[in-house]
Amino acid sequence: MLALEMYRSLPRHLAGKAIGGRVPGLLSGYAAPLRLVTIDQPRVDRPGWARLRTRLSGVCGSDLGALSGRTSLYFSALVSMPFVPGHEVVADLLEDCDDLPAGTRVVVDPVLTCAARDVEPCDACATGATNRCGRITVGSLTPGLQTGFCSDTGGGWGEELTAHRSQLHPVPEGYSDEQAVLTEPMACAVHTALRAGIRHNDRVLVSGAGSVGLLTTLAIRSLTSAGEITVVAKHGHQKELALALGATEVVAPGEVLRRLRRATGAFLVKPELGPSYLLGGVDVAVDAVGSKQSLETAVHATRAGGRVVLSGMPAAADLSAAWFRELEIVGTYSSAQQEPGLDGRGAFDVATELLAGDAVSSLAKTIAAYPLHRWREALDHAHGAGRLGTVKVAFDPRSKK
Amino acid sequence: MSRPGFVLEVDDRTPPMVVHEGEGFRLENFPLGTRTIYPPESLPAIDDVDGAIRDALLHPVDQDPLPTQLRAGMRLTIAFDDLSLPLPSMRAPDIRQRIIEQVLTMAAEAGVDDVQLIAANALHRRMTPAELRHIVGERVWRSFGPQGLLYNHDAEDHDNLLHIGLTDQGEDVEINRRAAESDLLVYVNVNLVAMDGGHKSVPIGLASYKSLRHHHNAKTMVRSHSFMDHKKSHLHHSAWRMGRLLKEHLNIFQIETTLNNDVFPAPYDFLMKREWEWSVKDQASMLAMRRGLSVAPSRLKHKLFHDLRAPYGLTGVNAGDTEAVHELTIAAVHRQQLVEVQGQSDVLVMGVPYLGPYNVNSTMNPILATCMGLGYYFNSYRGQPVVRRGGAVILYHPLDGGFNQLHHPSYVDFYEEVLAESTDPVLIEEKYEQQFATDPWYIHLYRTSHAYHGVHPFYMWYWAAHAMDHVDDVVWVGADRRAAARLGFRAATTLQDALEMVSGTVGTDPSITYLHNPPHLIADVVT
Repeated sequence: MLALEMYRSLPRHLAGKAIGGRVPGLLSGYAAPLRLVTIDQPRVDRPGWARLRTRLSGVCGSDLGALSGRTSLYFSALVSMPFVPGHEVVADLLEDCDDLPAGTRVVVDPVLTCAARDVEPCDACATGATNRCGRITVGSLTPGLQTGFCSDTGGGWGEELTAHRSQLHPVPEGYSDEQAVLTEPMACAVHTALRAGIRHNDRVLVSGAGSVGLLTTLAIRSLTSAGEITVVAKHGHQKELALALGATEVVAPGEVLRRLRRATGAFLVKPELGPSYLLGGVDVAVDAVGSKQSLETAVHATRAGGRVVLSGMPAAADLSAAWFRELEIVGTYSSAQQEPGLDGRGAFDVATELLAGDAVSSLAKTIAAYPLHRWREALDHAHGAGRLGTVKVAFDPRSKK
Repeated sequence: MSRPGFVLEVDDRTPPMVVHEGEGFRLENFPLGTRTIYPPESLPAIDDVDGAIRDALLHPVDQDPLPTQLRAGMRLTIAFDDLSLPLPSMRAPDIRQRIIEQVLTMAAEAGVDDVQLIAANALHRRMTPAELRHIVGERVWRSFGPQGLLYNHDAEDHDNLLHIGLTDQGEDVEINRRAAESDLLVYVNVNLVAMDGGHKSVPIGLASYKSLRHHHNAKTMVRSHSFMDHKKSHLHHSAWRMGRLLKEHLNIFQIETTLNNDVFPAPYDFLMKREWEWSVKDQASMLAMRRGLSVAPSRLKHKLFHDLRAPYGLTGVNAGDTEAVHELTIAAVHRQQLVEVQGQSDVLVMGVPYLGPYNVNSTMNPILATCMGLGYYFNSYRGQPVVRRGGAVILYHPLDGGFNQLHHPSYVDFYEEVLAESTDPVLIEEKYEQQFATDPWYIHLYRTSHAYHGVHPFYMWYWAAHAMDHVDDVVWVGADRRAAARLGFRAATTLQDALEMVSGTVGTDPSITYLHNPPHLIADVVT
């Protein structure tokens, strides 16, 4: 089968780390540790596993981070090279999988939990907090925190992959593939909204208006009784989408502190060197980018005792305010099969419901899909998605165009 | 003998005319038939300034001589206009210094030892010690400044404000407590233009937001026709009501001064001449200046302009009862600035210079430029506006000065947030004024830094409300297009483009009037 494969290459890794952020085009050219290859279909010959044919698979910020070497080496022990990326997947079952017949269109919860690894449930999995599974390096699979980072399972950036029944969620009738491929990021956003601990009428900042920021905005507006939600957006289409998805106001990165200062009656402080910050600010801030600037914006705009939620994979940043302002820093990773705030329902179920809304439906129509052989263009597009007016770029391995 | 102002009709022989546009000038060829209103030439200055001041203090209007009002053990407060007057700042010694020194001398002779001096800056920014020292002079500053007896009025220091009462129309009158509780309040004014002075001095200069909001609002200011005619200005009517209430509680000795039109020092004095009378030297100066400004870094240009000190001459000083004094003052201002103009025109053209009352030692941001053009210059009329209702205004200014974060922090939010939503003065007043006026950060900066009060940009916008209500089209020549659009206006590259753009409003052959200032002028429009 045809697949994009990420492989170990120290020179490319270092090159991507050194200049990938400034010249993203290099990542889709010579510096990317990614190649289009013909490989055997992935197969896990254990009960509960089945093969799938990819219909669409999204390009996530974490994928781009891995390709550009921006991802922390912390994760190097949690992946198995080489692997086929792609953890936002909508696919067709090629064979029966327990109660799901072949041909069922499914989306994949990518977390490779104790159930998938065929080990005794860890404490987290036993309570449904599958995203906190502590066995992701052991069991019957090679290490890999998710499908798309594990060499045994394959990923969505290949024509086929394999998944465990515990990972599969049938796509309801009437949902387009484009809507369905947003289920995984939407489930992450649901989890983020719940982890944010937002109280009634809390003022919330969402720093970033890529797909993570936009879907998080929708989740917060739908699942919490937040008051005003301010979204930081760079581009015009992001502003419109954020407002449609529930933002109260949208501000440019350069004006966020000033706007929040005025809205919250905070004081603005300018250190001798470095960015300004607020004394006072929002109750909850969500960093939906993961860059240094975005994280510092979130930390600097949150009131003392407030909460900062790390939704994007975080970069190194100045956390002085977290100490001085006694902020709660909350990580939010993927989603759980049983979310405490949803009476035991899974984030995927709620995400599927939220995707039915008009705003997300129209957002889904903007997804740019590429065949595998045009992967360089796709990654270029994904790097410049905001600037190019796109919310999500995806691969369609079926397409030959 | 100075010549009066006059209206020139542009013909074939008329040379290009100077038009101010921020920190620069343009020589503009106006269409044939354009009326150009020139201000009167500078009136002769009083030679013996100290003698005139002494005479005013000893022979006040409708009040006892100042020395007879001074006694040992009394509480004396001297308030004075802040750095928003005159424009440009006056070459030292400032006229306020000379007056204050004489008042203090008389107070000392009478044995008065409880004296405080207060800059009547209302919601304007606190002046720096250097700025205060320029106004009052070194001697006065050294005697009072370090001891904390010479200071800026603080309109947010509620312990030191006193609510005097309500006018018959329910307007709060709240002013500086020290001034209100003094046995005698001496107010020292510089009456640069006709809207200054009178009861605009104490009831506004020493007031709080609670008091100012009654007249500094869109409804009142859109009905003030014009600000330069206090008898027809609703803003002034309100101030007058407040002043009369104050007079029942407080003994005010008003000292008002008037200046001539010597705005520009040498070698820039050719800017006060009529263009066809420029000597070869004047023409060379203009050429050199324009060439120099075109290549000078913006910081240098800014310094060049803002370091200018005007060689104003004193044309009058009167003291005594506020209203009686102000009548004499207004007459003197009119002698210097009034120009009779026959009828209105379709288009009014004005150049907005580098300086207005609120960007002394600072930058002229787009909101201040609007206030200067549509607020102050547009309102420089008596009778009726120079431009007809439904006509067009063409202004010259680059609108690229940016915002001074030290002086105008709330302006940035007003520009980015409020004007982005609406430019309607009534709407923005309803929705945003209270938020800005009570914002603790702006209040903090106003009280402890050198920031204009949070509500100040709203007032700037209200000043322009009458013009925005009166004309149908406003175009800025040479302006940044995005800034003009944010203000709700349009930008053009040249006058010809601007005239083309307003042709939908005033036709293709409109009557045009160009207000040739500075120096200041008041168009006395008669029909």
